[in-house]
Amino acid sequence: MIRNGSIIQPRFHVHRSTECVNCRKCIAECSFGVHSWDEKNKRMKADSSKCVDCQRCVVYCPVDALSITRNENIMHPNHAWCEDSLNEIYRQAETGGVLLSSMGAPDRKVPSYFPRILLNASQVTNPSIDPLREPMETTTFIGRRPESIERDLNGKLIDNLPPHLELKEPIMFAAMSYGAVSLNVHKALAMASEALGTYWNTGEGGLHEDLYKYGKNTIVQVASGRFGVHPDYLSAGAAVEIKIGQGAKPGIGGHLTGAKIHGDIAKTRMVPEGIDAISPAPHHDIYSIEDLRQLVSMIKEATNYTKPVIVKVAAVHNIAPIASGIARSGADIIEIDGFRGGTGAAPVRIRDNVGIPIELALAAVDQRLRDEHIRSQISIIASGSIRNSADAAKAIALGADAVSIGTAALCALGCHLCASCQTGKCAWGIATQEGDLMKRLDPEKGAERLYNLVHAWKREIEEIMGGMGINSIEALRGNRLALRGVGLTQKELDVLGIKHAGE
Amino acid sequence: MEIINAKGMDQGDLCALIKKERHLDIEIRNCCGQRYIGCGMKKTRINIIGTPGNALGAFLDGASITVDGNAEDAVGDTMNCGSIFIDGSVGDAAGYAMRGGKIFVHGNAGYRAGVNMKAYKDKSPLLVIGGKAGSFLGEYLAGGTIIVLGLHNPKNTPLTGYFCGNGMYNGKIYLRTTERPIGLSKHLLMNKVGEEEKETILRPVIMEFAAAFKEDPEKILKADFIAVEPDPENRYRELYAAI
Amino acid sequence: MREGEVRIPSGCAIAGIFARDGKRINGRTIRDSIAVMHERSNGLGGGYAGYGIYPQYKEYYAMHIFYDDMAAREECERYLDAAFDIINLSKIPTRPNPNITDAPLIWRYFVTPLPHRLSDSLLDEEEYVVRTVIRLNNSIKGCYVFSCGKNMGVFKAVGYPEDVADFYRLEEYEGYSWTAHGRYPTNTPGWWGGSHPFALLDLSVVHNGEISSYDANRRAVEMYGYSCNLLTDTEVITYILDYLKRRVHLTLEESASVIAAPFWNTISLKGEEEGKRLAYLRKMFSEFLVTGPFSILVGFGGGMMALNDRLKLRSLVVGEKDRTVYFASEEAAIREIAPDLDSIFSPKGGEPVIVHLDEGVRA
Repeated sequence: MIRNGSIIQPRFHVHRSTECVNCRKCIAECSFGVHSWDEKNKRMKADSSKCVDCQRCVVYCPVDALSITRNENIMHPNHAWCEDSLNEIYRQAETGGVLLSSMGAPDRKVPSYFPRILLNASQVTNPSIDPLREPMETTTFIGRRPESIERDLNGKLIDNLPPHLELKEPIMFAAMSYGAVSLNVHKALAMASEALGTYWNTGEGGLHEDLYKYGKNTIVQVASGRFGVHPDYLSAGAAVEIKIGQGAKPGIGGHLTGAKIHGDIAKTRMVPEGIDAISPAPHHDIYSIEDLRQLVSMIKEATNYTKPVIVKVAAVHNIAPIASGIARSGADIIEIDGFRGGTGAAPVRIRDNVGIPIELALAAVDQRLRDEHIRSQISIIASGSIRNSADAAKAIALGADAVSIGTAALCALGCHLCASCQTGKCAWGIATQEGDLMKRLDPEKGAERLYNLVHAWKREIEEIMGGMGINSIEALRGNRLALRGVGLTQKELDVLGIKHAGE
Repeated sequence: MEIINAKGMDQGDLCALIKKERHLDIEIRNCCGQRYIGCGMKKTRINIIGTPGNALGAFLDGASITVDGNAEDAVGDTMNCGSIFIDGSVGDAAGYAMRGGKIFVHGNAGYRAGVNMKAYKDKSPLLVIGGKAGSFLGEYLAGGTIIVLGLHNPKNTPLTGYFCGNGMYNGKIYLRTTERPIGLSKHLLMNKVGEEEKETILRPVIMEFAAAFKEDPEKILKADFIAVEPDPENRYRELYAAI
Repeated sequence: MREGEVRIPSGCAIAGIFARDGKRINGRTIRDSIAVMHERSNGLGGGYAGYGIYPQYKEYYAMHIFYDDMAAREECERYLDAAFDIINLSKIPTRPNPNITDAPLIWRYFVTPLPHRLSDSLLDEEEYVVRTVIRLNNSIKGCYVFSCGKNMGVFKAVGYPEDVADFYRLEEYEGYSWTAHGRYPTNTPGWWGGSHPFALLDLSVVHNGEISSYDANRRAVEMYGYSCNLLTDTEVITYILDYLKRRVHLTLEESASVIAAPFWNTISLKGEEEGKRLAYLRKMFSEFLVTGPFSILVGFGGGMMALNDRLKLRSLVVGEKDRTVYFASEEAAIREIAPDLDSIFSPKGGEPVIVHLDEGVRA
């Protein structure tokens, strides 16, 4: 049927079984207005056209009466002009708008390499290790290392290492800004980081004053909009991250609509309430690599050289030379965010077409920095769809010092990847600033779930390392012989720097 | 007052010396290209004779800086509060992402002055340019005030370059002219500044400017001003369509 | 199939003798020691490193080179001639042994860098020698320099160590320090260069075990101009030690704290100063941490170091009699040549045992 003048038909279909007891819980839970009570017919009804398949009503239905499927209606089959392509055209024909969505690129035509990489294990020639009983180290230090040692007059080694971050496990939480996500998400991330001995990242929206107490586990971000950035903020965290780009939208700035900017968000970002907050595409004080060096130095001057500086870039075609330039900019750590990295809002065409997968980018950067003899001077964080501990272990074996997780962390908090963050109506209380919705996420429980997730991954990484006879994470880092590819072309194997299974 | 002779001094050494200096009043002589002077500082008064390098007063947090000479790029970058007076001209990207405090430039500003300045409640940054400004003045302006006076402009050439105020969504740009900036965006409104606004908003600033740089305030205020600000009816959000 | 074409893990026996007083020990002694551990080898590799064996040429680099054929020899000698002053050259004396077959041509050269070539290179002398050796091994087909130190030499072959000693007439050499290796590789390499010890300048390493950090270590050390052609653990450990000792200027003790770094919780139990030192070394050189089982004997001019991995997954025994120190994978190998030891002990995992010539003793 035509709805509001649109010819677009619903993507999903909400089914309600006869188990329904008309309790109306679904009406309360759905923030998109799908469910309603039909007073005339005395029954529940659903407007499937509004459904984003966030699964909130399904999970919270007390009698298990609800399910959501793809709309059974099929459009005329055509591989070249599939249903999604047609609907996008209808949408743009009706609105004239740039298509906007959120979370990471869902397209499966771009390969995901982690599932095609297999890990090694010891058999006979050296012993595997049982991590439950034997020592197993996942502590990771990241930061810059000087080129040479120094000794005092007595020949004693001088500790000439600049400040490092100490991670109890090589997993940290990715940048997600206050405004894009709720304060409760930030609270949960901060508490979990403290318990795990790792770090969370403010994203570009500043740090809420209540969370300054988690500073030693916080990475504060400086992005092009410089929201919430002032000297005390820079000094509040354990490290400062300069965000140049993110995997979901390389080369694109940000746009937080005025509707989300009120109260504490305006205060934390230090912008007026109700007015859009724009992050320009570039930093307008960085137009060239030497300007990056300037910003890195500015931040170090402002923090008296007590904080490592991270530079986060999106994985793009020439990521290897870019990383080399960053390594020589005085930055201590490079974070590379891959093609499938998440976002609270990005133009669909950018999200699905710009950038390269993290596996290839990471392998290329690690090798390039080695070719230039500077890999040991700088640390690498990889991100962009690290979905489980095996992905993390593979990333480390490809050459990362640590990984950071955003989407996986949100999923731990209940996110079902409906990719509707940009609406601000997140039914799980994550990507929303609406009071009642925000309350759905209890920060304490959220922190516990995040802790459980990362702790479980750490245990799994220990199992993976133990199987290889490795008892310290640094011996896995860059250990590409621990990896083999399956079903990859020689070119892909060459870029990844790994052999094919069986070789 | 403590006097530092910066001739030939490494920028790291100079910054460390300034930070260590217990005096609240410092004069740097023979400054030439040393960057990050005053970066993040809260209290000190710094007078500079010479040409300070990039990112002078970046993240400035209450300190005051005066320069007898020109300054280079990124003056007052992401500055929080405090003041910077330049008795000369500045390079590109002056006052980038500034959120408080004030920058007074006696001469001209390069490209991209005042980009992404922002305001929140009582914190509102001020950038005053005595001469002319380059292109992209006040781009993405998110709050605060930019004033361009166009002094010492005998040929009467335009005060701003191209793309003045592009993407601006809050704050105000005052120009001491009656001419519409070249190619002003349709998202922006331009109005002549009325007497009341001139007296309440501009006069105190011009008085401070004139006192600092020995100009005649009344002569400056005699001319007409225009103000550029975002059009509340014509914002950017209709650009997007959710899938 | 050669080393370098595939990675070949191997188990092994190791033995070493070191006379602190500089007493000259006959090569037969080390042969007798390693022979006891016959069961730990499988006949696919054996070798020795002797120190103080060339006193008459001690100022010169002794190059031991395998050639596949005369053409390789001619090409290599042209190269050597251009880079070095060759003081002496000869075949290394061997005797036929029924268990040693497929021997390559084995030559020995005592050389010193040509002064003008050295100064043109802008390198220090040792780096000049190292680069030349790496270049020879990488670029000349059928040529492999397997020993290039001063007043020391490596003797190795495919076979059991006792047969290798017989083949090389080891009883004709005397030195203050010897290491030996019996190899148990997990396939059948037919190439002599892959046997151990592995040596660079006067640094030689024999090793037992298979390390699990191999590729992390290899990719790290290759950043500094090394080329791990053999894909063996011994090679990468030698390069790491050479890098840390000669290029970074760490002491051997410090190098040991890098490659067998203590666990973080062990470091936290050390005193503040020692804890800081260990933490610094571990953070600064984290890519050179070697994990998995290993016991190594490192020979160098004037000294020897024995080191186990930090979990002590391989056996290593150290005995002393008067001023002589004995090392071996098994105590029996020591008792065979020194039945009445003054003391014997097993070093702890990760704690190096380092011995030097007594003060005043010249190599």
